[in-house]
Amino acid sequence: MTDTTSTGVLADRRAPLWKRLPIVAQLRRSVGLQRGMLVAGVVICAVFLLTAVFAPLIAPYGFGQLGDDGGTFPRQAPPSAVHLWGTTVGGYDVFSRVVWGTRTAIAVVVVAVVLSITIGVALGLVSGYLGGWLDRVLVVIADAVYAFPSLLLAIVVSIVISGGQSSLWGGIISAGISITVVYVPQYFRVVRAEAVRLKSEAFVESAKVVGSSTPRIMFKHVLRNATRSLPLILTLNASEAILTLAALGFLGFGIGPTSAAEWGYDLNRALSDTASGIWWTGVFPGAAIVLMVLGITLVGESLNDLADPRLRTRRRARRKTKNDTTATSAVTEEVPA
Amino acid sequence: MTSLIEAPLASEPPTPDPTVRRRRPGGGFGRYLVVRALLIIPTVFILVTLVFFLMRVVGNPITASVGGRLTEAQLQERLAAAGYDRPIIVQYLEYLGQIVRLDFGTTATDNRQISEVIVTYGSATVELVFYALIIALVIGIPLGMLAAYVRDRWPDAVLRILAILAYATPVFFAGLLLKLTFSVWLGWFPLGGRASTRIGIALGRIENPTGIYLIDALRTGNSTIIVDVLSHAVLPALTLGLLTAGIFLRLVRTNVIGTLGSDYIDAARSRGVGELRLVRKHALKPALIPIITVMGLQIAMLLGGSVLTETTFGWRGLGFQLQQYLSARDFIAVQGIVAVLAVIVAVTNFLVDVVAALIDPRVRY
Repeated sequence: MTDTTSTGVLADRRAPLWKRLPIVAQLRRSVGLQRGMLVAGVVICAVFLLTAVFAPLIAPYGFGQLGDDGGTFPRQAPPSAVHLWGTTVGGYDVFSRVVWGTRTAIAVVVVAVVLSITIGVALGLVSGYLGGWLDRVLVVIADAVYAFPSLLLAIVVSIVISGGQSSLWGGIISAGISITVVYVPQYFRVVRAEAVRLKSEAFVESAKVVGSSTPRIMFKHVLRNATRSLPLILTLNASEAILTLAALGFLGFGIGPTSAAEWGYDLNRALSDTASGIWWTGVFPGAAIVLMVLGITLVGESLNDLADPRLRTRRRARRKTKNDTTATSAVTEEVPA
Repeated sequence: MTSLIEAPLASEPPTPDPTVRRRRPGGGFGRYLVVRALLIIPTVFILVTLVFFLMRVVGNPITASVGGRLTEAQLQERLAAAGYDRPIIVQYLEYLGQIVRLDFGTTATDNRQISEVIVTYGSATVELVFYALIIALVIGIPLGMLAAYVRDRWPDAVLRILAILAYATPVFFAGLLLKLTFSVWLGWFPLGGRASTRIGIALGRIENPTGIYLIDALRTGNSTIIVDVLSHAVLPALTLGLLTAGIFLRLVRTNVIGTLGSDYIDAARSRGVGELRLVRKHALKPALIPIITVMGLQIAMLLGGSVLTETTFGWRGLGFQLQQYLSARDFIAVQGIVAVLAVIVAVTNFLVDVVAALIDPRVRY
């Protein structure tokens, strides 16, 4: 265990700030298939990030643009040189909307992840460390929310926040908060469990003896040691954010076409096209969702495997003959587990 | 996911004999059953309360659904008639009273009892979820065992990628692709709906229809009807089932890998137990307890997924109806349906916990 944290700290010093520490640390430890999955995931995520940043340069038209100098765009036109991926039933350019859609998706991911982590971790710490009736009440509430179908909860929350309106930020915030409501219990459970475990540790005792205040112990000593499994939940949270945004859009509760590009909305409109064999309006935005979630999930899966000693060490042991140095380092890590 | 899998292990193993005192005094199965059943109440209460107050933050459902179409005076009249002009706490208590009597209200747009809507459309959803669950189990469990057994070799890698793909694909996109391929291009299956129009009408006319088309079709004994009903079900069931199969595959894989590493597996192998039997009996069975618990949670997710699947295929079930009410901005109906689903989810989770407790080998050994 101590071994793992020390390499993590080393990686932190070397890694550029934007690259998150857990991924870098794990990338250096991984081998073979796991490394392949991790690299593939990171690359896919990077491509989407770049697309979002450079969307104005990549997309030939605006997301709400219905025509250019040559007149209005044709409707449901098949892919051509002018419209790479064709046009939709509403006359939008499919390629441009897919490219602009990455911005919306990433904005929702950021809002959702930041909100859920902040609230979930804070509640988990307070609940786990302080205990008492607050803890019991929070656990029951978290379990109730956790068991409920997340999409239904998201529908209810988005009704509340946007009232079914569909402005850009209204849509992003409501999708983000919907995911937050669903994911707070997940962070809460994990952090609470860790906090319960940590509060009886010797270093917490000694901090108390030295006279540290309770908030300081909670947020400095306990929190720092309770973040082990957060990266995995974070990736689940991010991919769920994209899927829920798309699902809300598909049900007609997302962001309108003139406010922003949103893949779920496009799929909703594409549904009736399928009957007449028009595939390009649905396949491209759908593929974008799948790819983006795939990228994030690949990162999450690899992190999960690398974090689980049962899943990691045996893999190393089998590769012992090929890769002696990594195998021995894995064996030393195996001992405490 | 890890927290999901660990969760059931933390629960107290119930003891069959009340005289045997383990960690908790008097922790017999009967007591466990009662305590667990009572836990349904706070779960439903919390969800219903949450939904009620969330929905009221926006204002009242009548203004939201028909507000634009009525004059101010008419609107006030409707509000007073429905009791929305009273303090919110009074409304809340009244709502709780209604829920206790299983009265979930009346829809704003077409003035139907929510309970009637549930009964009318619920059977279609039950049918779809049932098919999907079968597909998920039949595909997910064997493939998960296979992946665990051949772990880290190429079939495992392929299966894992497929499972991740199944998770990454939104249900409605999977449905759209299946529809495009098998209905539009190949023409094997119908585009949507639960049955052809004429057959749907015929099924509605039979005596005491269950609303579950397969059962009704089997009762008519007419092969044309049975084939028609089944061919309509294939794509929606596959759509919803494949998504869940991916989750089951991952779940079974992780848990079976855990048990395959145990000493008793080596012991069984050295006694000459066949490899197939080893995986199917010795490794899978102990892994089943966490699997069943998570599968219970998946039933809740299936209900969420059915909203999207039903919308994609025009499968006229509860989810389809929910989407209709959503589009109509009928939030009373949405609130009612969500409340009913909360009850269903809570009861399902209770049943799953009981089953998990029943098959827990610690009870028998």
